[in-house]
Amino acid sequence: MIRFEHVSRRYPPGIDALAGVSFSVGSGEMVLLGGHSGAGKTTLLKLLAAIERPTSGTVLVNGQNVGALKRAAIPYLRRKLGLVFQDQKLLFDRNAFENVMLPLAIAGFAPKEAAKRVRAALDKVGLLAREKALPIALSGGEQQRLAIARAVVGRPGILLADEPTAHLDPETAKDVAAIFHDFHQVGVTILIATYDDGLFAAGASQRLMLNHGKL
Amino acid sequence: MKAWLAQHGKALSWALRRLGVAPVNTLLSLLAIGIALALPAGGQMLLGNALQFARSAGNDNASPQISLFLALEADRKSADAIAARLRNLPNVKEVRFVSREEALKRMQAGEGLAEVIAALPMNPFPDAFVVRPRDESPAATERMREEISRWAKVEHVQLDSAWVRRLDAMLRLGRIGVTLLTLLLGLGLVAITFTTIRLQILSQRAEIEVSRLLGAAESFIRRPFYYFGTLQGLAGGAVAWLIVMGITGLLSGPVAEVAQLYNTSVALTPLANLDALLLLLLAGGLGWLGAALSLGQHNQNSD
Repeated sequence: MIRFEHVSRRYPPGIDALAGVSFSVGSGEMVLLGGHSGAGKTTLLKLLAAIERPTSGTVLVNGQNVGALKRAAIPYLRRKLGLVFQDQKLLFDRNAFENVMLPLAIAGFAPKEAAKRVRAALDKVGLLAREKALPIALSGGEQQRLAIARAVVGRPGILLADEPTAHLDPETAKDVAAIFHDFHQVGVTILIATYDDGLFAAGASQRLMLNHGKL
Repeated sequence: MKAWLAQHGKALSWALRRLGVAPVNTLLSLLAIGIALALPAGGQMLLGNALQFARSAGNDNASPQISLFLALEADRKSADAIAARLRNLPNVKEVRFVSREEALKRMQAGEGLAEVIAALPMNPFPDAFVVRPRDESPAATERMREEISRWAKVEHVQLDSAWVRRLDAMLRLGRIGVTLLTLLLGLGLVAITFTTIRLQILSQRAEIEVSRLLGAAESFIRRPFYYFGTLQGLAGGAVAWLIVMGITGLLSGPVAEVAQLYNTSVALTPLANLDALLLLLLAGGLGWLGAALSLGQHNQNSD
């Protein structure tokens, strides 16, 4: 499902965020991505979503060479992925419902069908009662769950999460981890960058440790 | 198809909402566009009216005539000599003699003049010729007028259609002016749209970034801004139309008054429907162009 072949990513002036990384992830696997801050976890996830392109090597997602995608083809790749960003990237002038609606609006879903899916996703993360709330009115844990709802509302085959439990208290972090386990149970391929190995260890099939851009 | 329509509907409603969110800004932008477009549109309207006026006031056949009045003391023999001389000129197409008796009779038929003329001790009108030149160019007719006026017994030579031609030349000048004005102010409209769209893009930065990350195609991101620019242009065009209509309304009273004083029945015709439609299309199109330029610029910067 996901394959990295000797992937390097160099930032000017000659800093290697990733250097010769190779691994593969099968369908339905849950993979943890560990390592110190600045080890290259975020860069690796960005390469998967074509937010950045590798300096050398090949990144394959569903057999597609992501690094060589044409600009116009990138949106269609991203619609097949669920992305949970480190800084969440919620829209603060839109309520919870509208935030989760955004990916479906982008993909051109009919409004009625989309509304059903949005409510299902909000229900899944326990935010159905708060669909009218603006993100600012939500707690840190709720915001994180809202970001997850937005990532999964399009029912992606692959879910990528960057530090989904950072800045959360242990209790809330456990709730969020449980949500990821649920998605793993129903067959979604999941890649989580985290310090918190313990939280996700139960279902993880692989643990990739990055150290200064190397596995 | 349904989804496509829904996306366009959403982009349109977004654009309308953005226009409504800052009513003062929107109003000022619309005024700027409206005034910028009202100038050439109003100019076009006035030109059209001037043209019509010139047509109705000038001879029905706009070709120039040269009227030639002989001295009062000239007798019929010298008149015949001049007629022969005129017919010999290479540039003469037609010569018509108007004898002083005929002129008197015609004047007596005119209303209110009969008593005045009856009171005169003698016929005040000279013999006259009306000459139509073959070459109607202003230079040729002017040359001819000069030549004839040097002849003996010729008192006065008048180019009848000179003022119509002058007006025509002025109108042509006016049309060039209006075209230049349209070009310049159209450019101004593009600049206004460019700036307002730029501000909209900047204020929507977060949304654009997130939408891109969630798989929005470029067309999805651009569509609302195109609608915004086009709508703003159209609304500005409508404002321009209202301004021109208002001015027409204000002017029609005084124009009718002037026309009455000159004993003509000329009414100010408002901007034709076709011109109004053209104005709206131009405004919308230029708004779209401004949006396109702004989006292109934004895209270059974000790469």
